Amino acid sequence: MAHAAEAIRSAGFDPRLAAMTAALALVGLAFDRASEGAFLTPRNLYNLAVQTSAVGIMACGMVLVIVARHVDLSVGSLLGVTGMTIAVLQAEVLPDAGQWPIAVALGLFAGAAIGAVQGWWVAWRGLPAFVVTLAGLMIFRGATYLLTDGRTVAPLAPGFERIGGGLDGSLGVAASWALGLGVVALYSGWVAWQRRERARHGVAGRSPAADSARVLVAAAAVLGFVALMNAHTLPRSEEGRGVPLPVLVLAAVAVLMHGISRATRFGRHVYAIGGSPAAAARAGIDVRRVTLGVFVLMGALAAVSGALTAARLGAGTSSMGTLSELAVIAAAVIGGTSLSGGVGSVAGAVLGALLMQSLENGMVLLGVSSAVRQVAIGSILVLAVQADVWVSSRRETP
Amino acid sequence: MTAAVAMEGIAKNFGGVRAVDDVSLELFPGEVHGLLGHNGAGKSTLVGVLSGALRPDTGRILVAGHEVRIRSPRGARELGIETIYQDLALADNLDPVANVFLGRERTRFGVLLDEGAMERAALDALARVRPDRPRWRSPVGRLSGGERQAVAIARALLGDVRVLVMDEPTAALGPAETRRVGELIRRLAGEGMAILLVSHDLHDVHALSDRFTVMKNGARVASVQREAVTRDDLLELIIAGAADSAG
Repeated sequence: MAHAAEAIRSAGFDPRLAAMTAALALVGLAFDRASEGAFLTPRNLYNLAVQTSAVGIMACGMVLVIVARHVDLSVGSLLGVTGMTIAVLQAEVLPDAGQWPIAVALGLFAGAAIGAVQGWWVAWRGLPAFVVTLAGLMIFRGATYLLTDGRTVAPLAPGFERIGGGLDGSLGVAASWALGLGVVALYSGWVAWQRRERARHGVAGRSPAADSARVLVAAAAVLGFVALMNAHTLPRSEEGRGVPLPVLVLAAVAVLMHGISRATRFGRHVYAIGGSPAAAARAGIDVRRVTLGVFVLMGALAAVSGALTAARLGAGTSSMGTLSELAVIAAAVIGGTSLSGGVGSVAGAVLGALLMQSLENGMVLLGVSSAVRQVAIGSILVLAVQADVWVSSRRETP
Repeated sequence: MTAAVAMEGIAKNFGGVRAVDDVSLELFPGEVHGLLGHNGAGKSTLVGVLSGALRPDTGRILVAGHEVRIRSPRGARELGIETIYQDLALADNLDPVANVFLGRERTRFGVLLDEGAMERAALDALARVRPDRPRWRSPVGRLSGGERQAVAIARALLGDVRVLVMDEPTAALGPAETRRVGELIRRLAGEGMAILLVSHDLHDVHALSDRFTVMKNGARVASVQREAVTRDDLLELIIAGAADSAG
């Protein structure tokens, strides 16, 4: 085990992410076999990707919250209240359905503002995030109901519903290929630029072979995904669908959040606070402002998920996002985020969300009842984290 | 010679307790100065004033002869006063490079961390502290006590340092590491740095220091050259606070 991890690390890959990818592949193959080939089809994987989006987007923010030694239990309710706000604004407040982008922008602003209020209670008033966001869970769920007295808001603007990933909610074949190639080109450029930067300062970087392997793996993953999404056709047609818009949003959020966490001062400070709040403060880091920023990001991302969820349902409902805070936290934890703070990665959380959703999706395909699904997923969560603790305790020894 | 830093008549109260009472302290370039006293003698409060963590009630501070106000740890750093705390104040989950630049990261285009430049500068700083530089890409939590201290010292040496304050620098180290840190301290003093070693244990700092200041109950009881006193005299000063037993 340790040897394999070392080999993967020296090849330039994160052993944890490699292990999660392997777990995903195993889960996929197992379900495919059990369902007699119904799991690994373009159609099911398309749906799986769309289903993962809302939780995956929030998991990207939850990583930073947990890394900073906090937690946000309110994200499901935040998803509800912002999604409902966006629905009500476009359906009943704004005069023209074409103005739905304004509704989305206001919803995102509301999410960020709510995040700021919760962050202020945590950072300036010193209340535990657990308590503040538990209160938020109740308050914003109630507020979601109060916005319309529990009434479901529909229909929503057709343009808006596209971002939910429905029938015309994908990029199409040509645009998907173009996007995939563009992403691969950008990533290659980024890797090459990093090489040049390190060489300029005379510090060692990854070996050329490791960098090439990274680019190849990324290219295979991106283009393979595009091919898969293109292979899922529209009803009664040969026309491929291409990358669903919610998945595009998830990918953009994941790249952005990964960049923020790894390549910016703010992200570095979040990890420093998670490692030692006292050391961070002595190093001149404004712990309160960074904490506030983390909750603002989380709130905005919950609103993004709120928009996607309402668009996918084609309606604003008062129960949107119920209990999704648990799926989000579980995704982050399965993805290697330590609840004691300081450790975690955005990529891991996205894979964690995908793994959780694969289990859910696969068991639905097999006709497993929702009660049994809950028992199974709960058990797997504990076992996954246990395996992780075991592996990393073996790796600890210096 | 002008003192690198001079504290004059510093007093600090906490509630009704007089933690530091009219204490003066001068640190000269190239000098290693031991600040001795029992726990509760006021050493930490005095160091807190010098490092910008605490504001004095009265007294003034001069850096290279000019009066200054130190309002924050960052302000102290800008004046060339660096403090290494006993717990080293490292983020254990981050690697040495990240720790060396913590709170003053360099960026490209204003947003992206300039990892190449930081690694280069951090490696140079680490090489100055310890020839066998620590594993600089694993979390500092996995390093030995001496390696961790090297990271903390490298961080302190990053800027233009005139005064280096080290709180109990060798208390947590084994004999070999202690000797290494001692050599480093003498070397830095040789380069013209003023160094303040803060300790409650005379044994830790006696051989390294050129001069001693002894505190007891918030007051300065003595400030003496090493040659002027014996170890027993110093112990007597620390324990009894008898100012008359030494020059």
